[in-house]
Amino acid sequence: MRFLPDEDHRSYTDTVRRLLADAGPSDAGPCEAARAWAAGDHAPGRALWQALAGTGLPALAVPEERGGLGWFPPELAAAFVEIGRASVPGPLVETVALAAGLPAASGWTARLLSGDRLATVTDPAAGYAVDAQIADVAFVLEGDGLATGTVADAPSRSLDPGRHLVRCVPDEAVAADTRRIRALATLLTAAQLLGAGEALLQGSVEYAKHRQQFGRPVGSFQAVKHQLANVAVALEFARPLLYGGALAVRSDTGADPRDLPAAKTACAHAAHLAARTALQVHGALGYTDEYDLTLPLRKARALHGAWGTRAACHAAVLAGDLLPG
Amino acid sequence: MDLEFSAAEQAFRAEARAWLRAHVPDRPLPSLETAEGFAAHRAWERELYAGGWSAVSWPRELGGRGASLTEWLIFEEEYYAAGAAGRVSQNGINLLAPTLFAHGTEEQLARILPPMAAGETIWAQAWSEPEAGSDLAALRSRAERTGQYGGGWLLYGHKTWSSRAAFADRAFGLFRTDPEAERHRGLSYLMFPLDAPGVTVRPIGRLDGKPAFAEIFLDAVFVPDADVIGEPGDGWRAAMSTAGNERGLTLRAPGRFTAAAERLRRLWRERAATDDTALAGRVADAWIRARAYQLAGYAAASAAPGAAADSPRGERGTGAGPAAFASSMNKIFWSELDIDLHETALDLLGPGAGEITEGGPDAEWLDGWVFALAGPVYAGTNEIQRDIVAERVLGLPRGR
Repeated sequence: MRFLPDEDHRSYTDTVRRLLADAGPSDAGPCEAARAWAAGDHAPGRALWQALAGTGLPALAVPEERGGLGWFPPELAAAFVEIGRASVPGPLVETVALAAGLPAASGWTARLLSGDRLATVTDPAAGYAVDAQIADVAFVLEGDGLATGTVADAPSRSLDPGRHLVRCVPDEAVAADTRRIRALATLLTAAQLLGAGEALLQGSVEYAKHRQQFGRPVGSFQAVKHQLANVAVALEFARPLLYGGALAVRSDTGADPRDLPAAKTACAHAAHLAARTALQVHGALGYTDEYDLTLPLRKARALHGAWGTRAACHAAVLAGDLLPG
Repeated sequence: MDLEFSAAEQAFRAEARAWLRAHVPDRPLPSLETAEGFAAHRAWERELYAGGWSAVSWPRELGGRGASLTEWLIFEEEYYAAGAAGRVSQNGINLLAPTLFAHGTEEQLARILPPMAAGETIWAQAWSEPEAGSDLAALRSRAERTGQYGGGWLLYGHKTWSSRAAFADRAFGLFRTDPEAERHRGLSYLMFPLDAPGVTVRPIGRLDGKPAFAEIFLDAVFVPDADVIGEPGDGWRAAMSTAGNERGLTLRAPGRFTAAAERLRRLWRERAATDDTALAGRVADAWIRARAYQLAGYAAASAAPGAAADSPRGERGTGAGPAAFASSMNKIFWSELDIDLHETALDLLGPGAGEITEGGPDAEWLDGWVFALAGPVYAGTNEIQRDIVAERVLGLPRGR
């Protein structure tokens, strides 16, 4: 038993983190890309995804015989923690999940691996596909079946302004590994939530260290400290579940299938607690649209029920299932 | 990374499971917090020792079997899954022994550990005092130098909340040896017999009336130099390493909670109305949290030789800071899980069964609930742990 990322895994995570950190404001960093995405300018977001795909990110979801690098859910989860931390916009969870589950014969895998194209798929519980009006291809997931989809409606605005929820109707059935698509979508959504939670905690701690009231930093008050400590604890114990869930998706690793719905629940809970706490610690500033920390703050709520509601995850845990719902 | 146990680890698990199946009594032992129960638990310690399972992670020559941290986690999982009794030796094995390994002499290890493993010497802790609880460094009990009896120390003072001191053989704790020194200095870590002249132990009934803890009055109790751990005056440092063990994995192994969560899941299947989704959610939540602690333990065990910076314990946990700070997170996490888990069980048992403490078929859940209630208080209150997490892990400014 070695429940620890190896050297290659860690250095890959560092690569993704550095890429997102170095994409500074001048050349449209993740936050600017997210705001542009919300406003209808998708070029910076697509460029960011191309850069991420250039590191081999989606190829980590595709076995070598189909043109990828292999099947590495833990590495993907770690990369999506960074994507969540940086608030990168777009249907990236869906694109990577589809790359993992679409048959090579569909012709889409290669295009998705290159980063040139984005794909999306309906979350069966929600009935919407995120960003379907922007994606190059949309799919509809119903039960164990996948079909290509056509946008049926104008997009609805999410409370995360970087997400657009679109109804799609199924066209042609596609033979796909829908179990893999759903499992990976749940895992990577959980990972994004954990990353969003970590960004919220870090931002709140920095703010609490410097914001002075009553002549001292607000972070020196126990009432503030203890709330932040609670967030740290929640995130600390969500992370092992995320890795357990990643190993469960891989299925040949000794993990318990329940680790996946457990990870989604724990990451959603931790991110939600981080968001509520960040809002409180920042006071009115956290309630503004213009402050960058509100990007993960809103995303934490939007992703809370995506690809596995709390109730569905609880039911899966009690039934011993991998997939929520 | 993986969660697949090696052939050796699987063999270890199978051996432990087989031994426990053959030896764990069918009926639970009487409560540890009574004289009768204490004696029964001591006998169980002897049986564990005879089988070589009393302190698996210790070296063989001291009564253990040289198990790795992973194997220790496996043993604890099997131990609690088998329904085996809570350990009456826990203060010794989980708190004093790690301190001795870190700060004790070879002579102390050889003299103290084998009888501890064998259940011959049961240890109690003597930390708190009436005026020194969370603020432990405010303690006033003192040890004075003496030339009598071949040289050593005389203990004076008043310790309290000492778990099972009414039945235990010896105790360890902190005493002020230099009244002039700054309050964290001038403290020494000493061990003393509870039946020595000058010791008076007065049992205190806990919430359910059982004499689970006691206060200890000390009046010129002699301690030889051989029973000082570390250097005189350097007791705080040694005590903090004990505190780290107490809050961390070693006192409350994940196996204890995964076993309880599994029992809770079975109870839910047997008793719950299937449409009560609120209770179902709480049962699932308890399982999830127990599993999180278990996986965190695996991560810590995987990282132990050289503690990689970004283990699944995250940047703040085992990685970035000394393990003692991660242990504060553990303590908050397991103590609150333990209460929620038992509260859920009582709600599942419902009126009547969820209330009957003596002799009922579900009395163990009630006993577990009373025990769990103390969790956020002992071993440093959860408020103190949150201060430690905020200041030492997150780097927030000191102050309250």
